[in-house]
Amino acid sequence: MTVENFRLEAKGWGFLLDRNKPLKFTFDGETYNGFDGDVIASALMASGRHVLSRSFKYHRPRGVLTMAGHDANSMVQVGAEPNVRGDRHGIAAGMQVISVNRIGKLDRDWLAVLGLFSRFLPVGFYYKTFFRPRGAWRFFERPIRALAGLGSLDPRAHHGYFDKQYLFCDVLVVGGGPAGLHAAIASASTGADTLLIDEWPVLGGSLLYGRISGSRAAAESKRSELVSQVERCPNLRILNNTTVSGLFADNWASALKENRLFKIRAKQTVLASGGYDQLLVFSKNDLPGIMFADAAQRLMRLYGVKPGSKAVIVTSNRFGYDVALDLLEAGVEVAAIVDMGNANEAGASKMEALGIRVIFNSTVVKAKGKARVEAVAVGPMLDRDKRGRAEWVGCDLVVMSVGYSPAINLACHTGAKVYYDPEIAMHRATDLPRGIAVTGSVGGIWSDASIGASSSDVGKSAAQMALGTNSTPVAPAQDDSARTITHHWPITESSAGEEFVDFDEDLRTCDIDDTVQAGYDDIQLVKRYSTAGLGPSQGRHANINTIRLVARATGRSVEEIGTTTFRPPLVPEKFGQLAGRGFEPTRLTAMHERHVELDASFTPVGLWLRPAYYGPKQRGNAAITAEVTAVRNGVGIIDVSTLGGLEIRGPDAAAFLDRVYTFNFLKQPVGRSRYALLTDESGVIIDDGVACRLHEQHFYVTATTGAVDQVYRLLGFWNQHWRMDVDIANVTAAYAGMNVAGPDSRAVLEKLESDIDFSAGAFPYLAVRIGRIAGISVKILRVGFVGELGYEIHCLSGFGAKLWDRLIDTGKHFGITPFGVEAQRVLRLEKGHIIIGQDTDGLTNPAEANMVWALSKTKPSYLGKRSVDMQIAKGVKRKLVGFTLADAASPCPKESHLAIQDGNIIGRVTSVVRSPTLSKVIGLAYLPTELALPSTRFSIRVDGGRMVEAEVVPTPFYDPENKRQEM
Amino acid sequence: MPFALLKYGLNPRRRDAPQLKWPSEIKKHYDVVIIGAGGHGLATAYYLATRHGITNIAVLDKAWMGGGNTARNTTIIRANYLTPEGVAFYKESVELFRGLSQELDINIMYSERGHFTLAHTDAAMRTARWRAEVNKHLGVDSEVVDAKDVARLCPIMNVSEDVRYPVLGALYHPPGALARHDAIAWGYAKGAMARGVEVHPGTEVVNILKEGDRVIGVDTSRGKIFADKVVQAVAGSSSRVSALAGFRLPIKTIPLQACVSEPVKPILDQIVVSGSLHVYISQSARGEMVMGGATDPYGLYSSRSTLDFKEGLMAHMLELFPFMAELRVLRQWAGIADMTPDFSPVMGLTPVRNYYIDSGWGTWGFKATPVCGFRMAECVATGRQPELLAPFALGRFGSFDLVGEKGAASVGH
Repeated sequence: MTVENFRLEAKGWGFLLDRNKPLKFTFDGETYNGFDGDVIASALMASGRHVLSRSFKYHRPRGVLTMAGHDANSMVQVGAEPNVRGDRHGIAAGMQVISVNRIGKLDRDWLAVLGLFSRFLPVGFYYKTFFRPRGAWRFFERPIRALAGLGSLDPRAHHGYFDKQYLFCDVLVVGGGPAGLHAAIASASTGADTLLIDEWPVLGGSLLYGRISGSRAAAESKRSELVSQVERCPNLRILNNTTVSGLFADNWASALKENRLFKIRAKQTVLASGGYDQLLVFSKNDLPGIMFADAAQRLMRLYGVKPGSKAVIVTSNRFGYDVALDLLEAGVEVAAIVDMGNANEAGASKMEALGIRVIFNSTVVKAKGKARVEAVAVGPMLDRDKRGRAEWVGCDLVVMSVGYSPAINLACHTGAKVYYDPEIAMHRATDLPRGIAVTGSVGGIWSDASIGASSSDVGKSAAQMALGTNSTPVAPAQDDSARTITHHWPITESSAGEEFVDFDEDLRTCDIDDTVQAGYDDIQLVKRYSTAGLGPSQGRHANINTIRLVARATGRSVEEIGTTTFRPPLVPEKFGQLAGRGFEPTRLTAMHERHVELDASFTPVGLWLRPAYYGPKQRGNAAITAEVTAVRNGVGIIDVSTLGGLEIRGPDAAAFLDRVYTFNFLKQPVGRSRYALLTDESGVIIDDGVACRLHEQHFYVTATTGAVDQVYRLLGFWNQHWRMDVDIANVTAAYAGMNVAGPDSRAVLEKLESDIDFSAGAFPYLAVRIGRIAGISVKILRVGFVGELGYEIHCLSGFGAKLWDRLIDTGKHFGITPFGVEAQRVLRLEKGHIIIGQDTDGLTNPAEANMVWALSKTKPSYLGKRSVDMQIAKGVKRKLVGFTLADAASPCPKESHLAIQDGNIIGRVTSVVRSPTLSKVIGLAYLPTELALPSTRFSIRVDGGRMVEAEVVPTPFYDPENKRQEM
Repeated sequence: MPFALLKYGLNPRRRDAPQLKWPSEIKKHYDVVIIGAGGHGLATAYYLATRHGITNIAVLDKAWMGGGNTARNTTIIRANYLTPEGVAFYKESVELFRGLSQELDINIMYSERGHFTLAHTDAAMRTARWRAEVNKHLGVDSEVVDAKDVARLCPIMNVSEDVRYPVLGALYHPPGALARHDAIAWGYAKGAMARGVEVHPGTEVVNILKEGDRVIGVDTSRGKIFADKVVQAVAGSSSRVSALAGFRLPIKTIPLQACVSEPVKPILDQIVVSGSLHVYISQSARGEMVMGGATDPYGLYSSRSTLDFKEGLMAHMLELFPFMAELRVLRQWAGIADMTPDFSPVMGLTPVRNYYIDSGWGTWGFKATPVCGFRMAECVATGRQPELLAPFALGRFGSFDLVGEKGAASVGH
């Protein structure tokens, strides 16, 4: 393909390019040339392509606007990555770039027809129609949804590698322009560990392309001087190509660089993040070829691209005159400088000396062109809204420099307030949170003369505060030249219409007027009704003009209108960047490898993985039955390491537990365990465990696997309140635990070398012993959860695997069988034990769960006592009961199937199983108290709506005399 | 092209009549003062005006209309609750939502997408079945589906087993819907204003005026306003305002954060929630992914944003939708949730005579907007607790007649 070449070849253009490294990439299938260092937009423009995208609503052609990645005009799709800012995304060899949001070709998007119907698609049109008759929206929604959205996602795409890095510093300086460089140098020179973050590949900000007092050479030498100083600073770190995306409480910042998220804790933050160019609003101001002054300068200086051949500059400040010099230097004809004021006499006379026409007190009234600007009408500004007779000036480039909006967003993320300063026609941040300072244009400083000293002061002050040598922040500097930057009314309407305020959302001045006219006259309502500022650039270039229009339409001042809230992130963050490598910790017990060797099928329990049963998934039921049978008839072993473990130590240990759990612990003998039930303030059961007294002042308390962290937090919370003399530690991970259960369990333990007497008399049910088995220090609890003689053995995690091996080896003789969580659930249900969270719900109180026996009647208080007592006194409406099926041949209900009577829900099954031991269906269910009596019949609705007759029976189902666990 | 747009486009003035009519002044006395101009307060005013003929109403708000949780939710509507009381209540809400565009003459873009509550554990599957059984019993369309069904209905979701928390199944609720949240507040405001109701933003209530145990008005940043009846509908500030009225609420106030992505072409139709992974996601009509997670772990009255919310959310989001790694978060925000102990709202009469409360909306307030307004209006007009609201009375906390909905909360708390 032969294309025109708009490259500027001479030295001094294309600072970021490596012209020795040409690259080829494709855009919509066509091959384009570029250089290493080019971004997609610069390479395309160098080849003469100006239309980069189609707009959101009317599919209007759009081209470069900011060349800074701040707008949506250059959004493209790169491979599977949607919504790529083509004016910041570098090209790479072979890269496939496609344009988005079009039907047909980019240059002939069929949907551009929507623009013709724009008068029928007013702001908020979708609120006004598409809903009659009822259900109509169902049909309209799909095509309307399909029109929305920009890029697209590929569900087959696999995501790349993302990671995160923590950084710490005394002073974080955001922005590598002149203000940021001065601040960073001053901070580092004061001795503070300073981190300078800049979003560009090289430092300098506007010094890379702008002018100082009209001189490019002065800016260049200033940049060299500052950069060489920066490089000499020993305690100054620099992150290039990195964007600070958010600033959160206590100077906690997020920053993005390629696929990495930096998380930065700074003692002080200095925001020197510059400003965002603001739009001049006029008819067809969105045509390609109309761009900001900074964009034109960046194109030329950074990327060596000539932005056009004949330019009109419209400006309200000195930067417009600077860019004229740049354009002339690049060989672009400057047709006219349209100055919205008449104050820049020096600039004007310089221009006139160069033969450039300057038109004072005028503005661009409208533009014409199809896919690129062809001419603009320039007319005098008579008053705020009225323009005089306009003349057409031919051009293919319009450069706007009519003001800025300071980048105060980061300060606002963390609580700064915003106010409109009518003196400078810009918003400013005030009430800065502690540890945040602003400088440069964010701080209202615009003159080249004062930026150095004021920024150095801010940097030094931040360093001193970070180092603790001075606690008074420096007073903000004042700069009168700020008044000469931004025009207070850069809006011109004409009969031609199409004056765009928000490019992202295709909003025109009439849309804002219509919004206010419709009654949505608060700026927050304007934003939501019109969608102004909701697009990818988050209103950077649209907010202030929207506010101005609302002010005009409501007859209020811009100050009175206020502004919407700046929310994080400042720049969009990839899900992958936020997710990072997705650290999702998996907790494995000390015996995990043993379970793997035994082919266990695992189930997640909180962060833990626990064996559900041993054997493959397809044989799960058989495995569970075999494990149950082994425990009932011989001996089994289960890994219970995940059970929560809390150590409570100190003179008040017993008294503390007494205040928390429902039982009595003051008189609990050393060497004994006691059931510990926990209720919340409304009397709802939240956890249970056992409390073992190991010493007068030392308890070991278990908690359920899922709840231990919550219980630990709760105990800590109350300890803070009560200030008792106890220490609480969560030792869950410190110990491995295994429960050896079954009639042969004592025999297994007795075969091992130990200093503990396991005989029934010496070590009865509910006793706790500390000693050694097989040379390993252990703590052993005689427990009965599964309803058999059983010993729960805890040892330090490091010895877990060894102890497990010894128990398995020794137990072989007795046929010891490892069993999993599923078998344990069956065993405990046979024994009638409840599982908190399964057999209780968010409202279950102890009386409903038949656990009144676990409540102390004698002590003054425990957590939730008042509520529990009131509920017992009132009488509970439901009870947890055991049941079996009346007809053994009935299908087994599932957990959560409902008990139904007379068409009403009266209860619910919480646990149910076909018991291998008892050869019948057994279960627990909630029933109304009046039905919770043995032999009562009730109906359960099972799958398919079938009713199954059940009968209330007493629990435990198995060994009701408790002979087996106490043998 | 629909007629309404043609009519608009061909109108030479190109101006509709204003939808919202703002009062110029505030009066000294109203029949009813409603504190809080969010969806709930506006809906209450609307139904008072349209169903009970009470139009001398002022709706006051300390900030702008519809700017609280009405503007901060993730627009999900569903009736797949857990308790019969909850299901009956939200079912009526869904029925009202379905006709709301026509009722209010504004397109609320009510869009039934289907709603998955994913289960990654046995416990979650049990809760899913519980909800499905209760829902079906009460005529709400919900069913438990397995991982294969999830994959069939939502093929872009990763239901493979080689992830940290594989999807075992889900509670699938076909009527689960999205709607344009702001439009609902505007629609109610429009309808109420058209009937003479006054909405006064920027009017902060600083005290509740009482005579004995009876409310007589409110003191505001714009002076005293007297009223026969006062309704409090101030999600996020409920306990603070009720304290002004002289009674306490069993409410803990916790931020709930959310975020949206940049718009992309439609790819996700359903609403997907995973309580275990603490994520929920849907794609708006504009193409944005609207996402949220668990409530923040501590109480706060501030709507600040945090970084760790996004980090935790996305780590899990990419387990379900790995291909979204290159999509970008555009904006994040927070709402403030008034959490009750039983995860159900508090509505109706209070210890203060003629003072009515609409509170305790935790993370489930948006989806109740129409029914709450409808029934609160009935409550205010008749002075009696409507039957549908009886289980949600404030008195239930004293008598322990709680309505336990924790199991139906979409994400962790």
